[in-house]
Order: sequence, then structure tokens, then C-alpha cells
Amino acid sequence: MNSPVPRGQINVLAEPVSNKATGWRLFVKTVIARAYPRIIGQQREKSWMFFDIFLPMMAVSAYVFVYRAIGAPEDYVGFVVMGGAMTAFWLNVLWGMSSQLYWEKENGNLALYIIAPNQLMAILLGMALGGMVATALRAVVIILLGTLLFNVQFVVISFFQLLAVFLLAMVALYGMGMMTSSLFLLLSREAWHISSLAQEPIYLASGFYFPIKSFPYWVAATASIIPLTLGLDAMRQLVFPTGATLGFLSVGIEIGILLVLCVVFLTGARVLLAHMEKLAIREGRLTESRR
Amino acid sequence: MTALQHISTNRRWVEGWRSFKMAAWLGWQIESNWADPLLFFIYSVVKPLASTAILVVMYGIITNSNFSDPLFPYIYLGNAFYMYVGAVMGGVSWAVIDDREHYKTLKYLYVAPIRIPAYLLGRGVARFLTGSLSVLITVLAGVLFLKIPINPLQANWPLFLLSLLIGVVMLAMMGLLLGSVTLLLVHHSWGIAEGLAGALYLFSGAIFPLDVLPAWLRPVGFLMPITYWLELLRRSLVGDIAQAFPTLVGFSNLELLAILIGLTLIFGCISVFVFRWCDHQARERGTIDMTSHY
Repeated sequence: MNSPVPRGQINVLAEPVSNKATGWRLFVKTVIARAYPRIIGQQREKSWMFFDIFLPMMAVSAYVFVYRAIGAPEDYVGFVVMGGAMTAFWLNVLWGMSSQLYWEKENGNLALYIIAPNQLMAILLGMALGGMVATALRAVVIILLGTLLFNVQFVVISFFQLLAVFLLAMVALYGMGMMTSSLFLLLSREAWHISSLAQEPIYLASGFYFPIKSFPYWVAATASIIPLTLGLDAMRQLVFPTGATLGFLSVGIEIGILLVLCVVFLTGARVLLAHMEKLAIREGRLTESRR
Repeated sequence: MTALQHISTNRRWVEGWRSFKMAAWLGWQIESNWADPLLFFIYSVVKPLASTAILVVMYGIITNSNFSDPLFPYIYLGNAFYMYVGAVMGGVSWAVIDDREHYKTLKYLYVAPIRIPAYLLGRGVARFLTGSLSVLITVLAGVLFLKIPINPLQANWPLFLLSLLIGVVMLAMMGLLLGSVTLLLVHHSWGIAEGLAGALYLFSGAIFPLDVLPAWLRPVGFLMPITYWLELLRRSLVGDIAQAFPTLVGFSNLELLAILIGLTLIFGCISVFVFRWCDHQARERGTIDMTSHY
């Protein structure tokens, strides 16, 4: 009898159960599998890259010219370029993490994720890692373009601290994205509107285009719950000559707070995801599609 | 014109008007019925106010909150009225993506007895209404809290209303143009409207005088009708202040109006021809009912 599996392909069903990945190996394989399309996908769809770079560059340029029109010091131009680059990460977290499970539900993938023998946490982590790598490339291009077009001068005080701040901000930010994505499990059509609503207000609250120190202390402190607020503030302090004078808190304290945010958001993501998954299953929200 | 042709023209107008009305109602339902009215109101207002607040904070930091400088009302009003660009232009062109990719109804609309251009324009009405609310609240907030010097007794209301009307028609035509192109694009057609709105924001002098742009980029701004539209709106509301900037000081209000009408007519004609061509191409290529699942 001929085998139903074409030559050259592995017959998964024929593989002994004992050889299949389980536990942490399955977790890692799931993370890589979900990160893969995020990284490879952008190579296949070049127009994504164009729009992801072109759109923030338009906003960056407009705000740079506003600063020039009102005679701002040149460091503010650098603040805008750096803020513009970081918008790529915020947009990725909003649309590629938080509301992703809603899109997966709309496309019918979410039910497959749930019935597959893997953890939803691993899928989200894969999305986060893939999204982070893909977005980092775009952010670098925005910074390079902005630097070249507007002649931004960087004076890096500590590369080590800069790297630490960036990585911590990313872990905390994507942890927050993973946490909020569990809330989106319960949402339907309103998910799109909520993500859309969280763009400009966060640009404002987190000081993407100006130093957060300009806000009253408690406003800035409240806005610091968004990891990019302190991440941006610390990075500006570390790469611009006047950055330290315009910083909200010292870099050391900001690194400490970012560490706490990392732990809180990742733990929160794990707890909330488990709870929301159960709730969504109980309420029958995993396969609904309300257009 | 023969009697038969006359009847046919009348029928086209009636059909067009009916399509427009129904699309406007449908658009409003889609835009608003996902939330209760209060939440919808907050949603409609918070987003534009936040984007305005970014500019206000940026300006306030650098000038030590010197909001009496003529540059501030220039920036503030330009930004406020620019909300119409995203709302109207994006609203019309987004209808193609929404109906094709999300609701998957575009093919059914094509076989229904409606006029597609009128339908697309109608779908933009809802966003025009929510956009108007945002503009109104932003301008009011500016007058009440930031001392934007609009004196209702001194404002040139006829010029304002006429400019606003022509501008909205111009934006709707640009939206139709984008919608037409969107008919042919399957992947990431959402980026077209946002990209164009971003480019216009930069080149139309919405939030800074065109003189700030490098000299080689300024001609781009002069080719765009939005540049003249925003200038007319500013002049009608805060006349002397708007005329303090050298960019368009050589033009009288009448000349600006003539340029705006001329460019609107040009865009209107282009959009009609482009729609016909894209519509034909979309049918040929089979993109009317194509979905990408992005």
C-alpha cells in the first residue's frame, strides 16, 4: 500500500509520541515558529517596510519643522527623531500585539491556537520577539534617515546604560502588549477603535516629541506606567548633550523602574492570559465574529 | 438633448442621490454603533485633542507659553482644520477597503442598482460629521483656554463658509481619487490614504509656514489646494494674524479663492476620469472581490 504522505515529508502522525517536543522544548519551538513569519513576512512584503518607515518619517519631519519654526534648540530635533523611531515600537505593540488576538479570531486562527498542544504565552512571546526584531530594523532606518536629513548630533554618555535601557524598555513594553492582548480576547469590533484611540494620547502622555519633564511631576509619574515614557527619557539623557538637564528622573532610577515594570507586565501577562482564556472559552468568545 | 437622454440623465442623478444618502446612513451606523453615544463622543474627541495637545506642549515648552505670538494661532488653526483632510479624504477611500476586505460586500454593491462613486462619497459623510465635531471642539478649546484670537463679530463668515464648503468638496474628490486607486491595490492599500495625509500635512503648511521648508520643497506646497484652503480659513477667522506670514501674502482673498476653485475643479475632473479607468481595470483584473486577509 502506498504511503499517504508525499516523499520527502515527515509523517507527523507516524512519529512516536515520545519523540515529540514537550515542555520547554515545545515552548521554545512555538516561540520560534510564531516569530518566524513576523521576521520573514517583512522581507516578502516590501510595501510594509516602506509605509512603516515613510509614515513616521512624515510626522517626524513635520514636528522637526515646527520646532525650527519656533526657534527650538537643535537637541529638540534629535528628541523628535528618537521619539519618531520609537513610535514604530508603540504601533507594533498596539496593532501587532494587543489587537493581534482579535485579528486572529476574525481570521479563524485563534481557535487553532487554543486547540494546538502549545501555550498561548509562547505564541505571544513569539509574536513579541518577531515584532521586536522586525520593528527594530525600521526604527534604526528612521533614526538614520532623521539623523542624515536633519543633521542630528549624538553624544553617547554610556553605551552600556543605553543598551540596558533599550532592552529593558522593550521587554517591559512587549510584556505590556502581551498583557493587554489577553484583554483583547474578549473584545470584538471595538478592538480596532481602542487600538486607534491609544495612538495619539500615548504619543502625548509619553512625550514622544518633547521631554516628559515638561509635564507636572504627577502627570509624568502616571505616564511612566507606559515603559516607553521612561525608556525614551533615559535614552535622551544618554545620547543628547542637554538630555540630562531635561530628564525626568536620573537614569539609574529609571532603569530600576523599568526593571520593576518588566517583572510586573510579564507576570501580569501570564496571569491575565490564563484567566482571560478561560473566561473567553466559558463565554464562547473565541470563535465569534461580530463585524 | 432628446427626451430619452433627459430621462436617462435625471435617472442617473436620482440614482446617485439615493446611493449617496444610503451610503451616508450606512457609514454613520458603521462608525458609531460599536459603542454607546458617550463612549463614541469621547472617542471622537480624545484622539484629535491629543494630537493638538502635542503641538501645544511643544510650542509652550519652547516659547515659555507665549501663546499671543501670531505663529501660535497659525499652527493651532492649521492643525485643527487639517483634521478634515484625514476625515474626509480617508473616509471616502477607506470605504473601498472596508467593504472589500472587512465586510466583503463590495462585489454585492457592484451588482446592486447604485452608483459606486456616489456611494463612496456618501460613505465619507460619517467621518466628515465626526471630523466636524473634532474641529469644532478643538477650535473652541483654543478660543476658551489658549486665547486663539477669533472674534465672532470680526470674522469673515461668508468667506469661511464658502472656503469650508469648497475645501470639503475638494477633499472628497481627492478621497474618490484615492478610493479609485485603492480599487486596484490589494495589499496594504490602507497605507495610501495615511501616507498622502502625512505628506500633505508636511507640505501644505498646516502647522508651520511654508518658508520653513527648504526652498526646493516649497513648490510642492504651492501645488496643493490644501495650502490655499487652510490659508483662506485662517484669514477668514483671524485675518490680520494670518496675513502676517509672507508665504501667500501676495495673494488677495479673491485670488486664493479662485486658485482653490480652479484646483478643486481640476481634482474633480481627474478623480472622475481616474475612477472610470480604475473601475474598468479592477473589473478586468478581478480585484473587486479579492481579499488579502491582512
